[in-house]
Amino acid sequence: MAKVLVVTSGKGGVGKTTTTAALGAALAQSGQNVVVVDFDVGLRNLDLVMGAERRVVFDLINVVQGVAKLPQALIRDKRLENLWLLPASQTRDKDALTDEGVGRVIDELRSRFDWILCDSPAGIERGATLAMRFADEAIIVTNPEVSSVRDSDRIIGMLDSKTVRAERGERVEKHILITRYDPARAARGEMLNIDDILEILATPLLGIIPESQDVLKASNVGTPVTLNNADSAPARAYTDASRRLMGEEVAMVVPAERKGFMDRLLGRRAA
Amino acid sequence: MSMRLLRLFGGREATAPVARERLQILLSHERGLLGQSDLLVTLREEILAVVSKHIQLDPDKVIVKLDRGKTVSTLEVDIEVPNNFDKKVSERRMAG
Repeated sequence: MAKVLVVTSGKGGVGKTTTTAALGAALAQSGQNVVVVDFDVGLRNLDLVMGAERRVVFDLINVVQGVAKLPQALIRDKRLENLWLLPASQTRDKDALTDEGVGRVIDELRSRFDWILCDSPAGIERGATLAMRFADEAIIVTNPEVSSVRDSDRIIGMLDSKTVRAERGERVEKHILITRYDPARAARGEMLNIDDILEILATPLLGIIPESQDVLKASNVGTPVTLNNADSAPARAYTDASRRLMGEEVAMVVPAERKGFMDRLLGRRAA
Repeated sequence: MSMRLLRLFGGREATAPVARERLQILLSHERGLLGQSDLLVTLREEILAVVSKHIQLDPDKVIVKLDRGKTVSTLEVDIEVPNNFDKKVSERRMAG
């Protein structure tokens, strides 16, 4: 049965689009039929991170308004044949999206795909509420930092009240994905630690993605990080997270510093 | 312990515990504001009605909060009354 998964956060710049692309690609790599949908109308970027920016003809709003049929707007990934993108409009206003219209498109996507990943815009306004509206599951992307955790808490409250599932008295399954985790700063007690974040948000952990140059490199070339450098630490963390989404038990790895303890001590003394 | 050692060597403060504490306080407050349930609205109205029988109250000065803890939750009722509340009631009684 198809699953609609929203990737959300409240706060901007925490890694929603990177996460949508990386998890979408990882799920597709394991044989699932996946579509990633950009809900960031006016500020679309998922096309860019997926490397499909020059292939966009029609978009979500065109489909919602009946200007284009869904197959005309779907863009097939050049690397994985079972990975698709439904881009957002760059020019139109998000008010062009209605609840009913988006619901119809999501229903149609449900009949074609195993996974529908909705990349939410930042904020708690209409764009964000529409992205989560029809979700069965949610990934709340959180940085180990106070403002991000606060916004995540707010978004969790909305997932529990403003989604179709919540209104029917059902629950949206929620997962925390911690991104931009810096093991060195965590070891020095400069960064909120993972147990504290999970305790505060009272939501289970899907994965921990370390801060890494590989994420930037992948977006520079328009390839999801899980495809661009599959052996890199963030790619492995995303792949593990995708397997947990599919119900596999995968041991949680807390990213550690590569340097040894002595190096760390010496390094810190020198600094 | 290791954290303390590192702090000694590095001479830097571990700021994460401060972040954690600030967040916990802030979020318990915000959750109260946003998630005010029908139960709290009902409680507030009924408490206001009962107390108003005896003391003249400013309805805005009745605050009912529910804090959900891990093991124990607390219901906090904060009612501000005017200083001369007892006089007014007795005057009204005399008049009545």
